[in-house]
Amino acid sequence: MSARDNISQIEDRGLLRFLTCGSVDDGKSTLIGRLLFDTKTILADTLHAIEKTSAKRGMEAVDLSLLTDGLQAEREQGITIDVAYRYFTTGTRKYIVADAPGHEQYTRNMVTAASTANLAIILIDARRGVLPQTKRHSYIAHLMGIPHILVAVNKMDLVNFDPAVFDKIKADYLAFAAKLGIKDVKFLPLSALTGDNVVDRSEAMAWYDGPTLVETLEAAPGAHSEHDEPFRLPVQYVCRPQDSANPELHDYRGFMGRIEAGSIAIGDAVTILPSGQTTTVKDVQLAGQSIGSAFVEQSVTLLLADEIDISRGDMIVKSADTAPAVTKAIEAELCWLSETPLEPSRRYLVRHTTRTTQAKLAGIAYKLDINSLEQVGADKLQMNDIARVTIKLAQPLAIDAYADNRGTGAFIVIDESTNNTVGAGMIVKAAD
Amino acid sequence: MNTTKQKTLSHLDWLEAEAIHIMREVAGQCSNPALLFSGGKDSICMLRIAEKAFRPGKFPFPLVHVDTGHNYPEVIAFRDKRAAELGERLIVRSVEDSMKRGTVVLKHPGESRNKHQSVTLLETIAEFEFDACIGGARRDEEKARAKERIFSFRDEFGGWDPKNQRPELWSLYNARAHKGENIRAFPISNWTELDVWQYIEREGLELPSIYFAHTRPVVLKGGSIVPVTDVTPAKPGDVVEDMVVRFRTVGDITCTAPVASNADTVAKIIEETATTTITERGATRLDDQASDAAMEQRKKEGYF
Repeated sequence: MSARDNISQIEDRGLLRFLTCGSVDDGKSTLIGRLLFDTKTILADTLHAIEKTSAKRGMEAVDLSLLTDGLQAEREQGITIDVAYRYFTTGTRKYIVADAPGHEQYTRNMVTAASTANLAIILIDARRGVLPQTKRHSYIAHLMGIPHILVAVNKMDLVNFDPAVFDKIKADYLAFAAKLGIKDVKFLPLSALTGDNVVDRSEAMAWYDGPTLVETLEAAPGAHSEHDEPFRLPVQYVCRPQDSANPELHDYRGFMGRIEAGSIAIGDAVTILPSGQTTTVKDVQLAGQSIGSAFVEQSVTLLLADEIDISRGDMIVKSADTAPAVTKAIEAELCWLSETPLEPSRRYLVRHTTRTTQAKLAGIAYKLDINSLEQVGADKLQMNDIARVTIKLAQPLAIDAYADNRGTGAFIVIDESTNNTVGAGMIVKAAD
Repeated sequence: MNTTKQKTLSHLDWLEAEAIHIMREVAGQCSNPALLFSGGKDSICMLRIAEKAFRPGKFPFPLVHVDTGHNYPEVIAFRDKRAAELGERLIVRSVEDSMKRGTVVLKHPGESRNKHQSVTLLETIAEFEFDACIGGARRDEEKARAKERIFSFRDEFGGWDPKNQRPELWSLYNARAHKGENIRAFPISNWTELDVWQYIEREGLELPSIYFAHTRPVVLKGGSIVPVTDVTPAKPGDVVEDMVVRFRTVGDITCTAPVASNADTVAKIIEETATTTITERGATRLDDQASDAAMEQRKKEGYF
């Protein structure tokens, strides 16, 4: 299973970003430690260091959860403060794991970790079954638009690898997942401690004939790979090398950005938003060289046939595609991230793609009770609150629904006085 | 819109596209950024990414190196050559000048200057009023780095407060800072050591010669291979031997040790990196072995 035997194959399935949800009690750190250990990502000196620490703490076996302990402050307090990112590879793929802690700032951290993930592993302790926190994690994963959910029923060794326990948890989970509207959910019985069904197939659970954890990760679809999307390119930077020694570059105007969705090729008709002006693509470049065409997630430079005034914050879309809504008011799910509550009468900044505009709350439709998942009334928002809100904007934004496109449906809220990022928003629709 | 399924980028293409996006965000959001270039392998990758991001234009930032005065001459020569080839501006500031000013005071003449780079870096930031510095740090290097943001906010003392970092969602980076404060941006945060070597191979990037196997006088000390140099001469009683080694990381001579290796090509290094049993910093960084929290402490003091 060593990735290192198959380096040449790593490219085959690209990269998968996933998120692990659960608390230390569910064995989350042990599971990540197990993944790193069994894929030979953990090297001898790191292993030696945690062996020493395990022994110092009087443990007989190596405590794999120590691998994800990061900061001095965390080790002192025995808690995890912040989202940590881990890296490993299997024979066919590279993975970025976002590891979010399970303490009082949980919602904020999980929302952050979930924003870039394409798959979530939700850990359930086989002895305890579906808990309120399982529902909370599942709700946030769904809210954040993670398309694939894997429920890992952990600690199967502590329930004698009993299939009835697994089946009961599966039935309980499916009952509420249907209510949330979660479509793709898979179930996997495992033991992170013993490694059963993580990399190696479990002999003790011969009754389970589905894929192991690593097989599931290797087969998971990458972001954007499942359906075609309309082309979106937010302009990050305009390249105008007019003072170059090369006279051919005096009229060069390159519009630089990362493709958030869809694909583009020379000759495509495009529309610039919010102005609505149209032209065609003269060239698609990278490093000043023509590459002819490009698709989602590539960073490119577009050259256009006509001279149009375009700057950072504008969006280039294909004229033939479904257009984003251009609007000065949005309805959105808003997660408040700051210890300072949202002040409804204050002005904030909204950053959407590469555009930043002033914004003001126009109303809170409801707040979500994260435990009961019921909608309740609210007139302000505290840290970790999730609410349906309407926001008025000083300048128009070209938006898609977050459910259709995470890149052009997401925004952050910035407090102008501290410059802190204080909110995370998922656009539902235009509100005007 | 075509109806076939969209393609998926290879992992190197994805990492490159993300890094280009991050550099362009720095250029788009910050008024006076700088790119830290040491001549080491990570910053060599960063220069290639900057070329991909901004050519045919010039880089929208100068290259900056904080020199401890104790760097390998091959690396310094490479640094100057590369900057000249690219036709980009290189600013070099040295820890020795900070020592002359009295802002860096060594405990004893032999003390490593590595951690004092922070002082000179902050002085350089103040001198040029840089509002952002782009660096080549990676999250896989070290435990404290695993929790670092891609856009990392530093206060006016250059300090990093791990408990008070800005949430960073999607690829919406917040580079806003008040005057005197600073953003450190890390475009290759998500790269591993193996990714860096695979990228060097794919792009055919040139490296300083000490990255490849060569014969060098060394002293074996407690599991580390300590190179014998003008800065780190052999002490009485040391057994000096010639050994075939290469450097996995390149930095201040006093805290960078080579590894025993016959790998004299990038392909051989990739094979070795993929099968090594020791972490990059564990093998080669004498400064991180001081304690479990050594890097975290240096970062709080303004280190990269």
